[in-house]
Amino acid sequence: MSWWNPADVGFATRSKLGDLGFGARLFARLVMLFGPSFRRFGLIRDQVHFLGNYSLAIITVSGLFVGFVLGLQGYYTLQRYGSSEALGLLVALSLVRELGPVITALLFAGRAGTSLTAEIGLMKAGEQLSAMEMMAVDPVRRILAPRFWGGVIAMPLLAAVFSAVGILGGYAVGVLLIGVDPGAFWSQMQGGVDVWRDVGNGVVKSFVFGVTVTFIALLQGFQAHPTPEGVSRATTRTVVVASLSVLGLDFILTAMMFSI
Amino acid sequence: MDKTPDNSVLVECRNLSFGYGERRILDDLSFTVPRGKVTALMGASGGGKTTVLRLIGGQVRAQKGEILFDGQDVGKLDQSGLYKIRRRMGMLFQFGALFTDLSVLDNVAFPLREHTSLPEELVRDIVLMKLNAVGLRGARDLMPSEISGGMARRVALARAIALDPELIMYDEPFAGLDPISLGTAAQLIRRLNDTLGITSIVVSHDLVDTFRIADQVIILANGRIAAQGTPQEVRESEDPLVRQFVRAEAEGPVHFHYPGPTVAQDFGGGLDK
Repeated sequence: MSWWNPADVGFATRSKLGDLGFGARLFARLVMLFGPSFRRFGLIRDQVHFLGNYSLAIITVSGLFVGFVLGLQGYYTLQRYGSSEALGLLVALSLVRELGPVITALLFAGRAGTSLTAEIGLMKAGEQLSAMEMMAVDPVRRILAPRFWGGVIAMPLLAAVFSAVGILGGYAVGVLLIGVDPGAFWSQMQGGVDVWRDVGNGVVKSFVFGVTVTFIALLQGFQAHPTPEGVSRATTRTVVVASLSVLGLDFILTAMMFSI
Repeated sequence: MDKTPDNSVLVECRNLSFGYGERRILDDLSFTVPRGKVTALMGASGGGKTTVLRLIGGQVRAQKGEILFDGQDVGKLDQSGLYKIRRRMGMLFQFGALFTDLSVLDNVAFPLREHTSLPEELVRDIVLMKLNAVGLRGARDLMPSEISGGMARRVALARAIALDPELIMYDEPFAGLDPISLGTAAQLIRRLNDTLGITSIVVSHDLVDTFRIADQVIILANGRIAAQGTPQEVRESEDPLVRQFVRAEAEGPVHFHYPGPTVAQDFGGGLDK
């Protein structure tokens, strides 16, 4: 492989385009399998349980600590301007608009995404996916689609849990520890957070991140080389690609939402 | 759909060629698999035997030639057509390929639950019947991680016959089995073939047991058919290729060395100069 040889450049370009096309077609199939997947809701329910419930511990603990830190840092900044009673608003807006969806997505990629990639990759390595195909059962429909929609459902729920726990963490530090007025904390939050512009945007973000992270995890597993190092590489790639995609998409989504 | 006029043939390969890139694996291969018989596909490792099974199952497509399954060209079917004929085939993978997250019973029940809407009690009865046929009815509650390699293959066999297929393809069913399990597996293949009236294709390089159960033996070497006939005919063949294989000789027309530069070119840093 050398970059100056036209044949090699052409080959590399073509195989990259091929990968891209494979991914796009898989994505289209997963989206179109929305109906058939929900008709067998038991499979999706199991995945929501597996991906969501088992991620709850890490999401809750992280949310709590992010809330603590937001309470401390927010108070430090706000009291310079003598507006420390706006702490509730600051904590809530930061979490709901930004930190909730983003940090949840990053943790979700590490916790649930890697397990999806490894599971699919190992099923492929053990010829389980081939065996399924030979039994006339489509692995995309039977294995990938329920996991995809399970992840898409679980992500916004986890982000909501993260934000809620984070707000409680901010309350614990700001009100109970530092002594911000609790009435001001809650009423500023209630008055300042808009259901559509703030909460709605956060939900849209977490939904988009759920689609992104789950899809990347499934694609990496599905494309993994069926060997131990192939699966381990795919798992690493899931975390790297999903995290970067989430951060990049977050900027794009925020910029778009800013202008509306 | 053009039916094969000869109804005694279930699978027919015509002028099949297949390769990865430059490497030819199958070269203009033609053979037929008679209905209700055990056909053994033998040959050296990497000789394209498993590829033939994948071609018949439609998992890979040939570059040239056609494969007729009951008169239908497998290579030209779309996904739904392929899935329709795959329901009439069972395939036993080399290491069983059981679903590791399901118990033995659920593994065998998997195709039934996916393709039929039978009540759960009936599914259970069918599964126990199939497990009984392979002698593992008592192992139904075990997980795949708790059973031996030979047992896993028998469970996979029960799963492959769950939907009563017309054709079963065995990919190296004897690899890595101890002599007792090996004999049992061979007898099982023959018995299932005769009692259920199915057609079997066995890919193997175990000479003794395969010759004992097969009606027809096809020996592949270097991408072509080296010999074809009853076990007796193949054993008595005078062809040097076949003799090398049947007598398990290291030197002969089947190359021991993977293709590469000659020794004189390669040693002494010859290629780097």
